[in-house]
Amino acid sequence: MTQAQLAQGTSPLLAVRDVSVVFGGIVALNGVSFDMHKGQILGLIGPNGAGKTTLFNCLSRLYQPSSGDILMEGTSILKRSPHRIAEIGIGRTFQNVALFPNLSVMDNVRVGAHSKTSSDIISDSLRLAWVRRSEASVNKKVHEILGYLKLEEVAHNVVSGLPFGTQKRVELARALAADPKILLLDEPAGGLNHEEVYVLGDLIRRIRDERNMTVLLVEHHMGLVMSIADHVVALNFGKKLAEGTPAQVQVDPDVIKAYLGSKDQ
Amino acid sequence: MSAAEEVVAEGHEAVEAVPKRAMTLGTGTSLLVLLLLIAVPLFAKNFVIFQLTQLLYLGLAVLALNILTGGSGQFSLGQSAFYGIGAYVTAVMMEQFNVPYFLCLPVAAVVCFGAGFLFGQPALRLSGVYLALATFALATAMPQLLKLNFLEKWTGGVQGLVVTKPDAPFGLPMSQDMWLYYFTLVVVIAIYIFSVNLLRSRSGRAFMAIRDNEIAASAMGVNVALYKTLAFGVSAAITGIAGGLSAIAVQFVAPDSFTITLAIQLFLGMVVGGVGWLPGSIVGAAFIIFVPNIAEGISKGLSGAVFGVLLFAVIYLVPHGARQIAILGQQLAGKLRKN
Repeated sequence: MTQAQLAQGTSPLLAVRDVSVVFGGIVALNGVSFDMHKGQILGLIGPNGAGKTTLFNCLSRLYQPSSGDILMEGTSILKRSPHRIAEIGIGRTFQNVALFPNLSVMDNVRVGAHSKTSSDIISDSLRLAWVRRSEASVNKKVHEILGYLKLEEVAHNVVSGLPFGTQKRVELARALAADPKILLLDEPAGGLNHEEVYVLGDLIRRIRDERNMTVLLVEHHMGLVMSIADHVVALNFGKKLAEGTPAQVQVDPDVIKAYLGSKDQ
Repeated sequence: MSAAEEVVAEGHEAVEAVPKRAMTLGTGTSLLVLLLLIAVPLFAKNFVIFQLTQLLYLGLAVLALNILTGGSGQFSLGQSAFYGIGAYVTAVMMEQFNVPYFLCLPVAAVVCFGAGFLFGQPALRLSGVYLALATFALATAMPQLLKLNFLEKWTGGVQGLVVTKPDAPFGLPMSQDMWLYYFTLVVVIAIYIFSVNLLRSRSGRAFMAIRDNEIAASAMGVNVALYKTLAFGVSAAITGIAGGLSAIAVQFVAPDSFTITLAIQLFLGMVVGGVGWLPGSIVGAAFIIFVPNIAEGISKGLSGAVFGVLLFAVIYLVPHGARQIAILGQQLAGKLRKN
């Protein structure tokens, strides 16, 4: 038991149990299991085609595992449709930024709060009092998040014209608007320069600490994963290769072999 | 600050000013337009008033399409079908069941909402050009459905149905045409306000999120299937009201008034007005009503060709339609204010 959380004996927040995904004849994931505990930053690493994104898409219910189960706080998520994942506290960002390009930054983040609010078209058309109250509380929340991520200056700008790094922050803001318990980040460092990656790592840690979140980080950037993750799961060819602290995984001979193709470092 | 820098700074401001009120006009402009809409009929002949009424209800139908296409990103060439259903529901209720005209419109809206919502279900699997084709099929089928034999005792079959024009109530001293104009104006303004509210609300943001990126919208908890069909339903309901108003104003409904040509005209109106810009709907409606007349004035024999050239000119000069002109106007006004 190397994990503090495991030592405490708490049940996992998210449990991936023996998940396999088969596309036609290709096994994209083969019996992968691991646990995520509250407050953890879990890094999911692996070379291209290792199955990271496949697993990620199972978590956000875009793919249906052929076998196995995924439990959120002890309950299977596999019977939920994709749009009902946000409401149980799983938020995500996308690998190549999937914002709503024609909407303003504020509206993008407001859509992030969709799962936390309710409305119907009649009440919305008439702007009934309860709708106005709900909108006011959403706006308050959105302003708080924009301030937190230093996006206030561009709040009214249309997203499509913003620099890539800013768009990535908007995506993070959008995910935070639903107050998720788990934040799934799909290659957040992709396309960022050295300095930006450093700032991002700091930000992810701050979000975990200050906003009580648990983070699943799928990442190519080894430096980022090794510096901020508490726990690392390494995949290769759809199988779990190694699991442990960054220090443990870094020296694991199988991991080194998968990344470098030989046994010497 | 040098002159060049000033221009750059102003250009920047203008770009930023647009998204804030991208969907509507400013308060001042809105009031001015409203004032014009109220005042003009007082000085116009009955025929002109009738044309203005036409402008209003066709503008409403274009607005409905704008909510569907500009809002939720779904194409429709089948709006004529919902327009026809609305017109027929109104006409049949008024003439066969003696229901007052103002009560027919909500019924038309509900019936068309149902029709649109149901049609939205199969349309869920289609998008872009394929959806446009499916809705095209709906538009083609509608005139024949209205001619069906077993409906004939209500619909009047191929002959259609004559509708009585309502008088002004409470002994108001105005002509039937003028009363109908103001009645239509109130309905249209109310629906315009509701539509703006809707597009600015949680539901409207869900529509636009789906338009921009379905997978991301779904990940944020937006029920994509529900909101897509809702958009169809809302659009159909408003189109139905427009159709109902047209039945009252024209005093006649017939199956062949609601062909694909009407759907294409509405589509054209939306593009000319600016996709997604609600105030443009009325400009689009003006284009489809008045430009054919202008074309005929230029050449009787080649009116279609002249219309085509005029349309081409609009698309070439202002591809974003009336919205583009409004933005230019806004920039110009901003510049004048600065000097």
